[in-house]
Amino acid sequence: MTDNSKKPRIVVLNTRAANVHSVEKALRKVGADPLVTSDPADIASADAVVLPGVGASDAVMRALNTLNMAESVKEFAASGKPLLCVCVGLQVLFDSSEEGELPGLGLVEGSVQLIPTGMKDKLGASMKVPHMGWNEVQFTGEESDRNPLFKGIPQGSHFYFVHSYRCVPDAQAEVAATAQYGVEVCAAVARGNVVGTQFHPEKSGEVGLQIYKNFLDLASANQE
Amino acid sequence: MLTRRVIPCLDVDNGRVVKGVSFVDIRDAGDPAELAAFYNAEGADELVFLDITASSDNRNTMVDVVEKVSSEVFIPLTVGGGIRSVDNMRRMLEAGADKVAVNSAAVANPQLIEDCAKEFGNQCVVLAMDVKRVDDPVVTELEGFGAIPAEAMWQVYTHGGRRPTALDAVKWARQATDLGAGELLVTSMDADGQKTGYDNELLSVISDSVTVPVIASGGAGELDHFYDALVEGKSDAVLAASLFHFGELRVSEVKSYLAERGIPMREV
Repeated sequence: MTDNSKKPRIVVLNTRAANVHSVEKALRKVGADPLVTSDPADIASADAVVLPGVGASDAVMRALNTLNMAESVKEFAASGKPLLCVCVGLQVLFDSSEEGELPGLGLVEGSVQLIPTGMKDKLGASMKVPHMGWNEVQFTGEESDRNPLFKGIPQGSHFYFVHSYRCVPDAQAEVAATAQYGVEVCAAVARGNVVGTQFHPEKSGEVGLQIYKNFLDLASANQE
Repeated sequence: MLTRRVIPCLDVDNGRVVKGVSFVDIRDAGDPAELAAFYNAEGADELVFLDITASSDNRNTMVDVVEKVSSEVFIPLTVGGGIRSVDNMRRMLEAGADKVAVNSAAVANPQLIEDCAKEFGNQCVVLAMDVKRVDDPVVTELEGFGAIPAEAMWQVYTHGGRRPTALDAVKWARQATDLGAGELLVTSMDADGQKTGYDNELLSVISDSVTVPVIASGGAGELDHFYDALVEGKSDAVLAASLFHFGELRVSEVKSYLAERGIPMREV
């Protein structure tokens, strides 16, 4: 990957969320040359797409709708090329969320529910919402069966989470990873080429960068 | 399970870290990016950068610092010092900060907290508060601020601890979280620099009064002080500055110690 022209076209969707550039920087760190855009035409011509998100799900859906990106994202998901959705980006893959009023993209069946409050952890401290900080992530199934984005990451690695709502996919098989926070929190969803992480790989140190590295490798393999 | 966080705090003046790390083989102890990389390798769970002069010129320099650090180090970054407006905050977030701390400006105009939270989400807004025990009953009325409530045990100061206000720290903590602050960074001015431990009574009272995470600051001197702030003080995170910079304790050492005592810690 020394020749820039051979780098895959990785597109980071500008959902107006403040951390779009953190995703961009993480991709650059692992050697990608991402394009931050809100132009639907860039989605259609991409080898791989990242849908970042912080804040509220309605804000992300509003950005996708007003910039006419929602349909393009759905079409891209159907193309079989890698689509990585982060945090609220994952939550908008569902039909709806308890948090917002706008319908989501409807690419994954299930619900998005508020994390219950008031439970105590093993130190007796009351568990707060948002679930914010580093939590241990368990990938489901054997390493050989994992989605390519999660290859090479030690079981039980810590990732950085910031969220108040949790995804509950209808199909248990689509839960790629979990974390414990009083209740089981779905840490990642994988449905073929569509992968979402509830945690922020771009803020999770080396293991997080490994996911972007895997994403870049996958994008390179899918390059047209 | 969710780990507790250990956070080094770096003071920045004119783009340079002051009180830079003096004990390790670092080429430039004043370079924010190099120090950030060092603490990242040590296992820091998050970094706080405080602009200590906080003039508007300095703010531009601070944006460059955040831009550079966030291109190299991929852990959460909190930036504070002199943040006065939604626009100030936006610039820091766009440069790569994950959270922005407000202090004096939020006391002068609490609406700032709500405005920032609405714009960027509660998780981006940290309220930093400098707090002192009200142990002298004579100090009940302060010029321009009205009277501090008689039942107040701790009083909020602004402008780097130079200016007392009539705010009861516990009430201010509650008000700020109601307005949308997603985390509190609580510095005890009594304990700061004393190395005799955090003010755990203050921390636990505040932690019990709010539903957002509390970062303990001020007073760390020994390993068990960190443990006490997390257990007795019920804090979610522990912050220290010079202790780490001067190498009296290392981040990795604090984390191993806490893990041995049963505190959930992120392994690096």
